[in-house]
Parts: sequence; C-alpha cells; structure tokens
Amino acid sequence: MSLAEDSWKGEVGRSIPRLETREKVTGRAQYIADLSRPGMLYGAILQSPLPHARIKGYDLSAALALPGVHAVLTGEDISAAKGGPFIKDEWALAKGKVRYVGEPVALVAAEDEATARAATQLIEVDYEELPAVLTPEEALAEGAAILHEDNAENFRIFPTKVEGNVAWRTTFEEGEVDAAWDACDVVVEGEYETQAQAHVALEPCGALAEVDANGRVTLWSSNQSVFRTQSNVCELLGLPMSKLRSLTPRVGGGFGNKMEIHVQAMCVALAIKTERPVKMILTREQDFEIVRHRHPYKVRAKTGAKKDGTLVAREVEVVVDCGAYGDDSPGVLGFSLLMARGPYRIPHSRSKGTLVYTNKLRFGAFRGFGNPQVSFATEIQLDEIAEKLGMDPFDLRLKNATRKGDKWVGGGEVSSDAFITVLEETRKACNWDKRRDLKPSGPGKKRGMGLACSSHISGLLATGAIVRMLEDGTVVLNTGCVDIGQGSDTILSQICAEALKLPLERVSVASPDTDGSPYNWGTTASRVTYMAGRAVVAAAGKVEAEIKRHAAEIFECAEIDLELRPGGKVGIIGVPEKELTFFDVSMRAHWAVGGPIVGAETLIYDQPTVDPKRTIAEGVPFPQIGVFNFAATVCDIEVDEATGKIELIEAWDACDVGRAINPGSVEGQIEGGFVQGLGFSLYEEVVFDGPRVANPSLMDYKIPTMLDVPYEIHAIVVEEEEPSGPFGAKGIGEIPICAVAPAIANGLHAATGLRLKQLPLKCERVLDGLMAKEGGDAD
Amino acid sequence: MSQAVTLKINGRERQVLAGATQTLLEVLRDQLGLTGSKRGCNQGVCGACTVMIDGRPVRGCLSLAANCEDREITTIEGLAGPEGLTPVQQALVDSGAVQCGFCTSGMVISAHWLLQRNEKPDRDEIRRTLSGNLCRCSGYRKIIDAVAEAVEEGKA
Repeated sequence: MSLAEDSWKGEVGRSIPRLETREKVTGRAQYIADLSRPGMLYGAILQSPLPHARIKGYDLSAALALPGVHAVLTGEDISAAKGGPFIKDEWALAKGKVRYVGEPVALVAAEDEATARAATQLIEVDYEELPAVLTPEEALAEGAAILHEDNAENFRIFPTKVEGNVAWRTTFEEGEVDAAWDACDVVVEGEYETQAQAHVALEPCGALAEVDANGRVTLWSSNQSVFRTQSNVCELLGLPMSKLRSLTPRVGGGFGNKMEIHVQAMCVALAIKTERPVKMILTREQDFEIVRHRHPYKVRAKTGAKKDGTLVAREVEVVVDCGAYGDDSPGVLGFSLLMARGPYRIPHSRSKGTLVYTNKLRFGAFRGFGNPQVSFATEIQLDEIAEKLGMDPFDLRLKNATRKGDKWVGGGEVSSDAFITVLEETRKACNWDKRRDLKPSGPGKKRGMGLACSSHISGLLATGAIVRMLEDGTVVLNTGCVDIGQGSDTILSQICAEALKLPLERVSVASPDTDGSPYNWGTTASRVTYMAGRAVVAAAGKVEAEIKRHAAEIFECAEIDLELRPGGKVGIIGVPEKELTFFDVSMRAHWAVGGPIVGAETLIYDQPTVDPKRTIAEGVPFPQIGVFNFAATVCDIEVDEATGKIELIEAWDACDVGRAINPGSVEGQIEGGFVQGLGFSLYEEVVFDGPRVANPSLMDYKIPTMLDVPYEIHAIVVEEEEPSGPFGAKGIGEIPICAVAPAIANGLHAATGLRLKQLPLKCERVLDGLMAKEGGDAD
Repeated sequence: MSQAVTLKINGRERQVLAGATQTLLEVLRDQLGLTGSKRGCNQGVCGACTVMIDGRPVRGCLSLAANCEDREITTIEGLAGPEGLTPVQQALVDSGAVQCGFCTSGMVISAHWLLQRNEKPDRDEIRRTLSGNLCRCSGYRKIIDAVAEAVEEGKA
C-alpha cells in the first residue's frame, strides 16, 4: 500500500469547514444587493392599500413626469399569463383585481432607489373596493366574497375538487377508521391552532435583470432554484425559456421563502421595458408584506389506543389558510396530511384537509412544509394518551414506532429502524428516567420535560449532476443546486471527492446557471444531499468508468482489474507499481484518444406516494414523495407562574440522517432548525390587524436572539444508512424544526398540568391558562 | 443637498458626498463599494451592518454619514490583514459556525469589540455582547463556540 492510501481517510464523514466560509468572514461574499451593472436602474413597487378591490384604471402621468423615472408598468403591461406551482392563479403583477394589502400593483424604474420609491407614490390607481374575507371561516360562509371568480377554471397540475373559495382538497384514508373507535380503550380528541410564521432570512429578497441586444435576459436573484426562477418568470411574462438565463450570487438564507419567485418577474419586466439593467431589493417591511409566510392551521385530531398502549386509529382534519394565491399551498396541505399519522403503526387512519383562499398575503413553503403544524396536534395527543394510560411517553412511542419494512400512509416503505435508535439515544442523552428529580430554580417556578417526535422526507422530483475532468486531472462539479447557506456546495463536493478518491481541494463547484447546469428542481424538501448526492455519485461513476477505460488501454488489461487509488490515481489491483495519475489519463483524453472526460446523470424520484390498493387518496399533489427519516425532541423548560414566561433550559434534538456526509454541518442544521422552531413555539407570530400585517419589521416581529437561546442545545446525529442514499445519506434540513412546539407544549403540561393547544405559547396565553386552571381547580 | 465629507475608513481617507439623510451604510455600500456590511432591516435591529466608529460598534444604518467626518471607521473589509484572518475569523471558519453568512460581518465586528475590551470573556459574556446580532441559520451555539475558541487560543 502506498502512503497516500494509508493516510486516505475519505472525504465523507468529515466535519470540514464550508468551502466558501473565508469569503463570508471577510465580507467578500457577494449577495444580490451587492451586485451592480453599468447603467443600472433601480426598481420600486407600489403596493395595494386594500385587501380586495377591482382595479378600474391607472393614472401614471405624474410618476412618468418625475425626473429620473425611466418606466412605469402595471399588470396590464406585463401580465401575460397566470402561473403558480400547483394552481395557475397568479399574475406577475396584479391585473384586474388586488387580493391582499401589500400586493404589488405598479412598478417604477428610475435612476436611483429614492426616485423610484418617490415615483410609486405619484401613481394613481382607481379602485372599486370589494368585501374582503380574512379567515377560512369567513371565506367558506355562504355569500362570501369570491377571490378568484374563475377558480374552477384555473389550471391545476393535479385534479382536486374545488368551488367558491376552496383552493384544494386532499384526503388519505386507510383501514376502517369509523369502525375502529369502538375497539379503543382510550380516545383523545381536540382542536389545535397554529399561527403564521415569517421566514426572516437575514437577507431580504431581491433581483437584478439585464437584457442583451438580442433581447435575451440575464437574471441574478436571491433564490432557492435558478430553474424554478427561470420557469416561473418565463411562464408569467410569456418568454420562451431559452430567452432567459437565471443565475445566483450567494444567498442569505431561504427556509422556503425563496423557492418560488418573489420580485424576479417584475424586475425582468422593467429591464425589458427600459433596456437597462434593473435592480430591485425589497425592504424588510416589503419582505414581510409581499413574499410569503408559514400557513396558519386549524387542526381537529382524534387518536385512539388500547389499554396496553397499542395505537389503533387516528383521524386528522385540517383547514388551511391559503392566502390570496395558491403558491405552494396544495403541496403543504398534502404533505401535512401524509405526515398526520406520524411515524407510528396505526392501522386505521384518515387525514383530510381543505385549503381556503383569503384576502391575505399568500402562505407558502416554510421549513417543515406543514409538518410542524400537524405534529403540534398529533404529538400532544400521544402525550395525552400516555397520561391517560399511565404510560411513559417514550414507552408509548417505542411500542408503536415504525420499523424497517413497515409502510407509510400510502404505502411508502420505511428503510431502517432509525426511529427506534432515535428514541433510545434521546432518552439516554436527556436522562429522561430521572427527569422528576429536576428542581425549579426558585419559588414561583415550575419545571418539566416534554418529548415529541416527527418524521419527514427527502426526495421529490428531478435533479442532475455533471462531473467534468479538466486537463490536469482536477474536476469541476456542476449540479445546478443553489447553496442557500445550508452547505450543499461543500457536501456535494465531499460526495464527489469521495466517489473519485480525490482530495477535496481538487474538486471545484460550478455556480448554478440555467445555461450550463443540469436541471435541479430546487433547494427544498430536504432533498439536495439525498437527490443531488445520488446524481453526483452516478455521474462520478461514469467518470470512473472512463478513467478505467483509458487505463485498461494503456496497461492492456481488463477494466475490472483496475481500481481508483487515493489522490487521483488509477492502478492495477494488487500491483502497486502499475499506476497512472488522473493527470496522465485526462491529458490522453484531451489531446490524443477519446476526447475529454465528462460524466453526467439526471434522475427523478420515482417511488410512488400512494399504492391505490392500500390507500384511498384524493387530491394528492405529489405522486412520488421520498424516503423517510425520524427525529425526537426533548425540551426541559421552566415556567414562571407570575408572568407565564416559558424559559427553555436545555434541549435535545436527535435526527436520523442516514449518514452524515459532514457531521458538523448536520449539527448546524439541527441547532438552527431547533431554534427557528423555538421562536415558532414561544413568540413568533405574524399578527394581522384586520387585513394588514401589523408587525412587518424586526422591531415588532421578534426572532430568537443569542440571549433567548440557551447554550445547552444538543444536536444528536443518528446514522443508519439509507440504502438508496449517496453513501447512505438522507436530508436533514427540515426535520429538526418539526417537533419543537409539541415538545415544549408537553413540557409545559409536565411542569404545570396546563394543556395549551394554540401557538405560540406566549406569556399572556400561558398566564391566562394558568389562571383559568387555578380558577377551575377552585371550582 | 450633499456635502463633501472625509471619512477615515480602514486606515485610509476617503472623500464622499453625503446627503443630510444618507446613512453611513448607504455611503459604504453604494459610493465606496464596501458591500461587506449588509442591509438586513435598515432600522438598527438585525446588526448585519455593524461597523466600528472610533473603536465602538455602531449600526451603519442608524449612523449619518455626514456625522462621521474625521472619525475612524472599521468595516469587515478592514479586519483581516496581509498576515491572514484574525483569530475570530479563523475560529468561525474552523468551527463551521457560518451558514448563509449574511449576519457574519456584523457578528465578527461585535466579537472583535468584545475581545478588545475583555480578553477572557466567558460564554455568558459572549452571548450578552453578541445578542444584538441576529442570525437565523445557526441557532448561535457554534458562533458562541467559535468566539470562545478564539479566546482560548489567547490570540484575540
């Protein structure tokens, strides 16, 4: 064995620093707001002051007359066709009607940002105000104002039954739910409510577009998919996709907010009109008012079990506030219902939901994708069952946990016993069985520990990878995956390096570019490590095959007798001195024989969501969903009885990742996801004052600061290999957030006996609950 | 009306034209091309635009450029010298604390200020001092660890 082989530790499984960290700590990383082009103009948006109105006309003359203004556009000018990922119900810019306060109504391009904003205020819009519906209940009432008069005619990518303000309906049903309740010894039932949460990626949304002399557009934007950006913009503006190139600078966080478009189509329209580069960066307030938030949910849930703790039946019904446009809502609805049974063997289950248009900002994809909302209800119910049966919450879950070979709702297969491992490791790590020994910090405080679990998927849709070997034997990896800060450039490079036994520094990552990258649906659905990773392994495999073909010709041996050796070498197995470098092979390919070496692979996730022989399903928005992973979250909390304030003392978040390609990065995802879930649990809430967002600023919308988060948050990385994953890996992006709220709610109950079913668990709500409970006890 | 202002930025004198309402952040980013300081909220909450003026951390978005005449301004671009990254920057790299990076410039400036005042801050002091810099990605733990690491090494 050579020295190189001895010292080769591989690139997978190492907590190496992010490839691009150096530019981030020195301020050199370029985000969308940092870019500029010669002759660049600035775009600004006029927003609707009304939640629901017909647009009868515009007077643009004063805005156009303002010195420095180059163009003023309305929906009549630019809105070519309606678009949307599931329902084609939204224009690039309001046309005919406005449907929420803050909706973009008109656009200005001007020499500078201040002039552009000033000009928007000179635009006169003649509105005919219409009655607004602000909640699903109002929207479903008889005689309610209708948001989309052509609702039923709007194209939907999958069939569903709609009418009035109903945007989508989905159902999953297995077993005999209605008959199963009689077989239960204990049944719990309740109604739960979760709030709108804002993503608050630190970087506000923005775009920069430029048109060349032939009319071809180059678009840079803050996004989670250059390809979704390209297809969204082209669909809305009526451009052939070949006429628009979509690129990305560094992205300052996404969390779902930047998966579908925000300002890109508007920015491109201004660039086309003015024939000048145009940049549009949202203010923080606009980012709250124009983009999208997490869906508020109303959940009715019912769960039944036998005396020994065997779960028998579960029924979940949700009503989801869609906001004014479909966006990703049908996907969120469907996914939350697919997760409503949870990671448990429950033979009889039904989950159904209705998505309802209201005159509010669209709700859309947000880390967890409906899962945190439904898990809040279902994981509280498991705690209630455990309490009624006098069973330990861990024991109840272990008794019912899905294991390798079990089927998900719909029939998807569970590929490991990782849920068992997750539960056992968490129980041990948090010293659960000694939890009652924990004492509150002083009088007037109560302390308790709560457990909740969740499951999630990684998978969905199409992706690709191209591995290109340069003359000197180093490689460029091109996947089209946008690294939004979660670290996929590094992880995919590690996978590529491992597959070719190359040192990481000999692998470079190409920036996503719709002109040159293979298609990648997006950085979403916890899918990049799993899906793009699979494509990278396959593409690297093709490169390996080519390398061996060359080496076999040179050595006059069979390809099967060759092996890759660490450090970019290929040699004959068992003959150490028979060895070539990738440099030798690639030079031969470039200059003599065969042509340059390129390995490419594309794939699509192809395992069906629903086996129709097993499950009755209607309105399913994703025919092929993904592989499953598991998490358990324990929160040790203290409640101040005088103020109602919940303080997190310590937390454990154990997540199954299949295999950690970069363990440090996995920990970062778990810790970050947990803390975003902590904000969701305790205080984050987009508050509506009538139709208007009342707190569209970081002054009024609080996210956790360093002082709100204890240092003692323990990320537990559980590795049980996923057979279909790259080196056994699955995704980790979303699952850490899903069970935080029910874990805290269960901790609150353990501490005080108070069972709250509405989020956030803010001081007022907890205090009201404690006082009502005290009053109730006195009665 | 704009007025000519001389700013001392990262050790060099720079002439800029600043309007009466123009912030230091705007001037840094738009006139001087120093885009390392970020606009996250433009109202002094997120801390992504934190720079040092005369050795104290301030919000670039709340400071008027015209008030900064002859003051010593240090931005993220002025920290790393020819000898490489500062210990805080290096520790952030090594500990994997940086995700999207949008908060990082401000976080680094605040951490430097802390270590200038106090050579041996404990984790609670680190948390208190950096609590004015929001991060949505990391959950903060690795950032705290990185700054503690820079302290441990005593190279701060």
